[in-house]
Amino acid sequence: MSVMSQEKAVTGARAGPREGLRLFAQNRKSFWVVLSLVGLFTAWEIAGRVPISFAFPTFLETLAAFFEMLGDGTMFRAFFLTLQPLVLGVGISALVGIALGIAMGLSDRVEWLLAPVFIVLQAAPMAALVPLVTFVYGIGLTAKTLAVVMLALPVIVLNSYKAVRHVNPSLVDMCRSFQGTRMQQIFKIIIPDASPVLFAGLRLGVAAGFIGVMLAELLITPTGIGDLITYHRSVANYAHMYAAVAAIIAVSTLTLAGLQYVEVNVLRPEKRRK
Amino acid sequence: MSALAEEFDPASIVTHDPVVRVEGICKHYGSVEALRSIDLQFERGKLTTLLGPSGCGKTTLLKIIAGLVPATSGRIMVNGRAVTGPGPERAFVFQDFALMPWATVLRNVAFGLELKGTPAAERNRVARHHIEQVGLQGFEDKYPHELSGGMRQRVGIARAFAVNADVLLLDEPFSAVDEQNRRKFQEDLLRLVEIENKTFIFVTHSIEEAVYVSDRIVLLSPRPGRVSQVIEPKIDRAADPDDIRRDAGYLDVVEEIWQGLRHYAE
Ligand SMILES: Nc1ncnc2c1ncn2[C@@H]1O[C@H](COP(=O)(O)OP(=O)(O)O)[C@@H](O)[C@H]1O
Ligand SMILES: [Mg+2]
Repeated sequence: MSVMSQEKAVTGARAGPREGLRLFAQNRKSFWVVLSLVGLFTAWEIAGRVPISFAFPTFLETLAAFFEMLGDGTMFRAFFLTLQPLVLGVGISALVGIALGIAMGLSDRVEWLLAPVFIVLQAAPMAALVPLVTFVYGIGLTAKTLAVVMLALPVIVLNSYKAVRHVNPSLVDMCRSFQGTRMQQIFKIIIPDASPVLFAGLRLGVAAGFIGVMLAELLITPTGIGDLITYHRSVANYAHMYAAVAAIIAVSTLTLAGLQYVEVNVLRPEKRRK
Repeated sequence: MSALAEEFDPASIVTHDPVVRVEGICKHYGSVEALRSIDLQFERGKLTTLLGPSGCGKTTLLKIIAGLVPATSGRIMVNGRAVTGPGPERAFVFQDFALMPWATVLRNVAFGLELKGTPAAERNRVARHHIEQVGLQGFEDKYPHELSGGMRQRVGIARAFAVNADVLLLDEPFSAVDEQNRRKFQEDLLRLVEIENKTFIFVTHSIEEAVYVSDRIVLLSPRPGRVSQVIEPKIDRAADPDDIRRDAGYLDVVEEIWQGLRHYAE
């Protein structure tokens, strides 16, 4: 359906063939995104109708369940609860992680001190550690925020560190040759030059944060989206359960896309013109 | 230390107004000896080329003069004062341009002034002037990746000129530029040497380029780099560029240097 309307937008342009071509070029990326999503949803619908499992709803059933939950406010309440530890945890991880990573990149001593810790933390299967958090911090917001931080922080720290270590040494020399101070070097050269890798780490960290919050809501106490999933599974409301799963995936994807937008438009304006 | 430098045969390299003095510079990178007791003087308004095979320490010497790399022993004097680090009287032009990819041409050219805290209006005015000087007017708002290699190096040169340093250190600035643009560049460089009363220290590994642009050529031997010969080409720059390149005097100097370097190449 959306494919058809896209095609119409492309071929139905009134302003002549050149204008039509330009429009097609502009729409091309979104056109393929839509096509890919339509393919995915069609496959889902078919798989649900076969059905591959009695517990696997069709796409349309899931969509209906989603709108039902949106309409009666359950979705909003669930996200309100889920997003609290997520935003808090990711925020803390981003601030602390980028600061620590940059410090490690700038100073060998800080690197020697901290790198082993975060390498171990990144290698550890965090899901196994999440239940331990409840021993110390109980089942409240603190425990869930901590679960998010545990997953998000190591990847952000290690990427920020790597980003700083790979800064173009010639640019640093250039800054020094014009008598830039150490602070100018860090804020005018190192951070902007490191920002693509810094942001890659942030994106991975945000994705890990979503895993952390879901683990917390499934393993610590069922609240928010985790509660929706657990509850609807227990009463065999599979369409509702999948709607909750799909909703958190959608929010995660949109958040990551938003981050990319911020990077390109705020930090690295030259990428817009590539 | 300066007494030591005085002893080192100054006859061939004595100059009237030495802005930069290189005194007994040695440089080791760990166990690698890159430079061995280099003594040189550079005077105002002249262009001196450091010429030598790749790896002989040309970049190292230039960075020591710039204060970017510490010497193992010896010292650099600029305007009578010993160098301890980079200073406002020296500006560097980098072989790989060293432009900030996230900044426009205007901001790149003004960057030296930005670091000094010059107000935006003032530094942009100065930067625009130098952008025009290197023939890039109209490109102020472009980003480096939108420019050709030659244009990028023009940005690097404009940035060095914008801080109005006495000494310009150019490390193989045209090595990434195609042949036609290179010649144009060399002529532009000669014009800049003429109008700006500055000291140019230029690094290249191209003999033709060295002979064409230099008042004086310092030949460096392969590692460890030492001064093996100092040549003054004495080319009549008033002549047409193409005639110069066919001139017997020019070709003789090229041949002389080639003979000087040949036994290293084998
Ligand atoms: N940072 C460094 N660490 C170790 N060795 C270096 C470093 N920089 C240069 N060298 C060595 O010093 C020698 C001179 O290098 P360089 O000054 O770059 O030569 P050139 O510019 O003449 O090609 C080379 O053998 C090079 O390998
Ligand atoms: Mg070099």
